[in-house]
Amino acid sequence: MADIAHPAGGSVHGTETSRRDFLTLTAAALGGIGAASAIWPFLDSMNPAKDTLALSSTEVDLAPVQKGQRLTVVWRGKPVFIDHRPDEEIKKAQEVDVSSLRDPQPDSERVKKPEWLVVVGVCTHLGCIPLGQKATDDRGQFGGWFCPCHGSMYDTSGRIRQGPAPQNLAVPPYEFTSDTTIKIG
Amino acid sequence: MAAPVKQNKLIRWIDHRLPVFTLMEHELNEYPTPKNLNYWWNFGSLAGIMLVIMIFTGVFLAMAYTPQKDLAFDSVERIMREVNYGWLMRYIHMNGASFFFIVTYIHIFRGLYYGSYKTPRELLWMLGVVILLLMMATAFMGYVLPWGQMSYWGATVITNLFSAVPVVGNAIVTWLWGGFVVDNPTLNRFFALHYLLPFVIVGVVMLHLAALHQHGSNNPLGIDRKGPQDSIPFHPYYTIKDLFGLGVFLLFYAAFVFFWPNLLGDPANYIPANPLQTPPEIVPEWYFLPFYAILRSVPNKLLGVVMMFGSIFILFLLPWLDTSRVRSATFRPIYKWFFFVLIVDCVALGIVGAHRPEGIWVVIGRIATAYYYFHFLLMMPFVGWFERPRPLPTSISSAVLKGGGRLAGAGATMEKP
Repeated sequence: MADIAHPAGGSVHGTETSRRDFLTLTAAALGGIGAASAIWPFLDSMNPAKDTLALSSTEVDLAPVQKGQRLTVVWRGKPVFIDHRPDEEIKKAQEVDVSSLRDPQPDSERVKKPEWLVVVGVCTHLGCIPLGQKATDDRGQFGGWFCPCHGSMYDTSGRIRQGPAPQNLAVPPYEFTSDTTIKIG
Repeated sequence: MAAPVKQNKLIRWIDHRLPVFTLMEHELNEYPTPKNLNYWWNFGSLAGIMLVIMIFTGVFLAMAYTPQKDLAFDSVERIMREVNYGWLMRYIHMNGASFFFIVTYIHIFRGLYYGSYKTPRELLWMLGVVILLLMMATAFMGYVLPWGQMSYWGATVITNLFSAVPVVGNAIVTWLWGGFVVDNPTLNRFFALHYLLPFVIVGVVMLHLAALHQHGSNNPLGIDRKGPQDSIPFHPYYTIKDLFGLGVFLLFYAAFVFFWPNLLGDPANYIPANPLQTPPEIVPEWYFLPFYAILRSVPNKLLGVVMMFGSIFILFLLPWLDTSRVRSATFRPIYKWFFFVLIVDCVALGIVGAHRPEGIWVVIGRIATAYYYFHFLLMMPFVGWFERPRPLPTSISSAVLKGGGRLAGAGATMEKP
């Protein structure tokens, strides 16, 4: 140890960086990196746990849903709106000039089969649940959904048309496992 | 610093090893304080007392509360109906939050009027803003704990504010929730943090006091003390004044706790949380309404969030935005009126926040939001620059004592030409 410490003594009267400075800096840097990495497990522990992630797919039987009926199912704790759209709703959704939309998306990109619209029923503004699942609900000016919190209105394709929400209602990942069942997630 | 406390042998023994008695003597007893403080200077100590009351009642409430989503609501109702004096502790705690904010807001406006944020008290002021932010976080998380409809949807809307952050917004929100919606993990962590943050506040309050005692209190004249003739010891003069103020304050506080315990709350929070149904109207507690109004007045989501948080962060810059060197608004004929307009503006924002953003409320909300920013960003630098302040008294004593020449001769001692 002594012979390591001694050469550094040369820099006491000089201004050039010594070996000791180098060791101090690298040790401090390594210690800093170590401390910063040790924070990660704590931060990550706040992310969704494994059992929360495991509940991430839901199967739905569509057979009993009549044309014009809307169904709410729960996927990852969120409501998912399933709309068995009648022909006039589909027509309305397809006829819109896409370029005039805030979040431009043609209806064909938002559905797998035109008569079935599947969207996450959470307003993209601040997370409220829009009204419109019951026939008696206020569906807003565009016949889709209406968020009571801050007045966002969605059309029959779940696209934002008016109000503060920045995006269309999200389409969850899903697939048709048969003609009348879908698996969300 | 002759210490008359050290009469007792045991006290002397302890003090020699741990100078707590010297510290108390120095900071609480003999601590020299401007002799002209008015009752607006009561609110700092009231805020400190509220913090103690909230921690005390909170600890006892936690003994009977269950932070689990299926049990939380019922455990709060059990506190209200079955736990001995549970209703009292909850009502003290619940209304305590409101009164803590009332006292703190008055304390802040006191500082704004008398220029308490100006040199050399910038850090004192900034620590105060940190305390305000911590208080808001604590109050928000505490409101979620009863797991009623307003708890749940308030938590949803406020945490969703972070989804406005570009790119990583949704990841942040999922991380805050510990899931894909506000759920049991969210409730758990909010409870843990709601218990932790008050003690963090205690720590920052200690720093706030350390910074305060470095240069002592500002005073209604806003001029520095010229010598010992301008000060009186904190005890007994201000201990008794603060105690009297506390008595008056407790009359109001107790009136709410015992006679109108639910007046300041939202009845919808007595409905258990339902994740599949949003209540027709989500309104935060009254003390957040002005900020909620700013959020809703801006038609762009990200900008709304930025402006809402900005309305508080702007206070950090206040010592540098105000270009006038005269502290007290008493001597600032123009700033004084802007100050009162700001109070009206904040009240107006509060009223707007309580209404649906429709029709006239949108217009008022936008004007009031614009004025708030105008006040701090434009008015403060410019008025300080062209305003001609009234002449300042030569000392605190000369302004108080008769015959001492209440104001220095006309035109003399202007802080600015």
